[in-house]
Amino acid sequence: MSDNNEDVDRDALLDELEEATEEWKDDVLDPILEKYGLRRDEFTLSDGESIDDLQTPADLEDFDYQEDLGFPGEYPFTRGVYPTMYRSRLWTMRQYAGFGTAEQSNERYKYLLDRGQTGLSVAFDLPTQMGFDSDSPRARGEVGKVGVAIDSIADMETLFDEIPLEDVSTSMTINATASILLALYIAVGDQQGVDRSKLRGTIQNDILKEYIARGTYIYPPKPSMRIITDIFGFCQEEVPSWNTVSISGYHIREAGSTAGQEVGFTLANGIAYVEAAMDAGLDVDDFAPRLSFFFNVHNNFLEEIAKFRAARRLWARIVKERFGAENEDSMRMRFHSQTAGSTLTAQQPKVNIIRVTLQALAAVMGGTQSLHTNSWDEALSLPTESAVRLALRTQQVIGHESGVADFVDPMAGSYVIEPLTDRIEEKAREYIARIDDLGGAPEAINKGFQQREIQEAAYQAQVAQEEGEDVIVGVNKFTEDEEEPPGDLLKVDEEVEQNQIDKLREFKASRAMDEVESARESLRQAAESTDNLMPYILRAVKKKVTLGEISDTLRDVFGEHTENVVF
Amino acid sequence: MRWLDDGRPEARAELDALYPHTGNAYFIGITGHPGSGKSTLVDAFIRLCRERDLTVACIAVDPSSPFSGGAILGDRVRMNRHALDDGVFIRSVATRGNLGGLSRSTPASVQVMDAMGFDIVLIETVGVGQDEIDIVRLADTNVVVMVPGLGDDIQATKAGVMEIADIFAVNKSDLDGADRVVREIKTMLSMNESADDEDAWIPSVLKTVATHQEGLEPLFEAVEAHRDWLQAHRSDRDRDRQRIEQLVRLVISGEFDARIGRLLGTDTWKSHLEAVLDRTETPYEAADALFDEIF
Amino acid sequence: MSETQTKQSDASPPETTHRVLIGKVGLDGHDRGAKVIARALRDAGFEVIYTGLHQTPEAVAATAVQEDVDGVGISILSGAHNTLVPEIIEALEERGADDIFVFAGGIIPEDDIATLKDQGVRAVFTPGTPTREVIDFVRDACREQADNR
Repeated sequence: MSDNNEDVDRDALLDELEEATEEWKDDVLDPILEKYGLRRDEFTLSDGESIDDLQTPADLEDFDYQEDLGFPGEYPFTRGVYPTMYRSRLWTMRQYAGFGTAEQSNERYKYLLDRGQTGLSVAFDLPTQMGFDSDSPRARGEVGKVGVAIDSIADMETLFDEIPLEDVSTSMTINATASILLALYIAVGDQQGVDRSKLRGTIQNDILKEYIARGTYIYPPKPSMRIITDIFGFCQEEVPSWNTVSISGYHIREAGSTAGQEVGFTLANGIAYVEAAMDAGLDVDDFAPRLSFFFNVHNNFLEEIAKFRAARRLWARIVKERFGAENEDSMRMRFHSQTAGSTLTAQQPKVNIIRVTLQALAAVMGGTQSLHTNSWDEALSLPTESAVRLALRTQQVIGHESGVADFVDPMAGSYVIEPLTDRIEEKAREYIARIDDLGGAPEAINKGFQQREIQEAAYQAQVAQEEGEDVIVGVNKFTEDEEEPPGDLLKVDEEVEQNQIDKLREFKASRAMDEVESARESLRQAAESTDNLMPYILRAVKKKVTLGEISDTLRDVFGEHTENVVF
Repeated sequence: MRWLDDGRPEARAELDALYPHTGNAYFIGITGHPGSGKSTLVDAFIRLCRERDLTVACIAVDPSSPFSGGAILGDRVRMNRHALDDGVFIRSVATRGNLGGLSRSTPASVQVMDAMGFDIVLIETVGVGQDEIDIVRLADTNVVVMVPGLGDDIQATKAGVMEIADIFAVNKSDLDGADRVVREIKTMLSMNESADDEDAWIPSVLKTVATHQEGLEPLFEAVEAHRDWLQAHRSDRDRDRQRIEQLVRLVISGEFDARIGRLLGTDTWKSHLEAVLDRTETPYEAADALFDEIF
Repeated sequence: MSETQTKQSDASPPETTHRVLIGKVGLDGHDRGAKVIARALRDAGFEVIYTGLHQTPEAVAATAVQEDVDGVGISILSGAHNTLVPEIIEALEERGADDIFVFAGGIIPEDDIATLKDQGVRAVFTPGTPTREVIDFVRDACREQADNR
């Protein structure tokens, strides 16, 4: 009875509101529009959807607090995965870093840990990511460039020298060769005498988005998925505190997707990993709590906040409804975020500091668990130490001075944010449904579906920008004829490559070749069988087999992937 | 070859000089939908040929954009592991609309490839449009690539494409539905009038998984079988004659299209058009007059 | 999409169809820029040979020669430009194809741009460059090329 009365009351209020809104439009808004117009023809979201003149309680018409939001730390986690959020502990400020040799990166890590950074994030160079040793012809010019070069157990020991692995959490941005880097990390931990259950950290290990957006793949999708499920299985037994995959929308967005695509494609990949793990015999509630996500924080401040809330709610619902999970930890979407590299400009580069600040603020207001803020000089070169420090300081100011971290989910209930949250969830659901129709994420990738959608969005965004509709400060408006010189930039010493090669040759010469060969041979046989590969890879790295040699062994068995180019 | 594509007059002399050196290559047409994996199949086929020490030239045809006339030619993405092999030559070609583009330059390009001494010349097309079908008719053996899961496979494929097939390759045959496609093709073939003619070539139907280099040996053998059949049933000269006939036809129509292209927009063209508009001339009279202009 | 295409094609399509190779050398997999440029060039009436990711300098040069292109555009975001881009120019010279012009795009510092230009790279485009600017450059360079042929 009372429910009914409430409904009647609510309907009456909404009718009144509608009337009042019409009146406002006729009497106040329209005359102003006629007289002055708006500053642009249309205001749009990242997918081109138009934004209305005003949002009112009418936009919350179907809003149901308990069902749509609930409380922080409770299903569906819209308001955050923990009940107190940043009132207990700020997010992890995690700057992705790594360049040159293991020695240089080791120094940078110690520098950052001393300055209050709370977790390590390792960037690897491209040969390491693609399974080539530094002395491979394919590695020419790339060694130590976008991250640190790791060829062998010796390099990994140096990288974590004087850093006790039981005290840090380490995030490694590594995918196609994730199994090898994880094995190297475990091997170093074993050497340091750290119990494997105390190793904490994350490997990105998200190969599906490599095919979609990032391009750093080696093997075809099928064997790649098998390696991933082998890692899942191995870690559950051996390294239980390790996050075995960081399902990444970051690169999907960087490649030009819309916010809805970022969430939809990323969660569809997440679904594929859960299905693969369940097919491999793992229980969803044992395994889903170890999944983590990684999103982009782009320019549209409010849409981005809504995006994070939508992603959290949708994942919770998927895990519960689709996979029948019962453990709340399985439904809790924890995610890392990084400010959008593609929004950085080479023109007036210091303006990037402001872009990064706003993006970081959106990530915090959206409830991120950890955050990387880009350095202002990254459109020009690899970041310098001082630029990285400034980026870290940006997070510290937001955390300690701005006051936004004192509220839990501060935007909840907003006429703008809640409908946007609903809309992004709905868009993402549509993409997931289309991918389901195509036979799941791997099959849709084979057909080029996600790639084509992203490419189209990227092209449209480029056109919109060039037609001047979207202003980029310092690029298509407010430009300077004389650019202020950016000052010192980081240059990786060209000698790094040769030094790394020399070191590798020395290492290779020091090995017992019969042990190397036998470890490679048993790895090959394991690859041809259905055995879990991880113990074989771990044994190989301990027997001083290099990253390139392990990858070559697997290439022989699995073959190599060629991209599916669609225009 | 660039001159050929652009229809430059210098090309003609070169071509005439090369012509006596042609007639040695074996021409294979490979036609299939985008998404049928035909580039991967071509790549795998090239690899097999190279293992057998045969040199291969390939001409990969993709459609031009009807809006801008431009094109993105992306077939090489699948084939570029052969880029540094001197025994392989790959050339991407855009259809360039219908005014003397494809039909003009491609027959010339394949002649150049033939004269360059390649053992095999592959002609890869999407098989859309009469232009492309005319081109693959230059081939001695035509392979049509089918794939499961593209809807009503057989019915959807244009009749012209089905008719030219000497071999059907059902690619991506590790996908569901491959056997159904094979069955459908065989059913269709059995309804063909010549099915009962003992001497006629009955197209072979085989399954491939190009990404895994599977079914390529049988495909190669099928091509050889068709070549043997051709040799048994027609003299070399007859086969050559058939191709030359198609070639000359294409050269004529290509030249014709090119001349029309040059006529478009000229004052003569405009004045006849105006006359037809004014109803002082009929379209046929205008055509007669313009025809004289071209020749 | 068709709307954009028509719009762009209005902007004086080239007289003869110019051919350009767009490819990625090195190991980085970021192809957003390369694909946007490939598409913009197509929509401006060029024939674009797209080679995809992870090409070696030698393969790019060999492809450029076989495809008889006017120019080669290389996208590189890995920082390996100082090594790989000059190798493309050398490989083209070895094949007697030094008339093919080379341009590059990516995160390339000012100092390196100067060095690359000294080594024969005709233009370098950094992040944020409008595609229009790239198209205009390519069209002018192709025309110059055609005049010299």
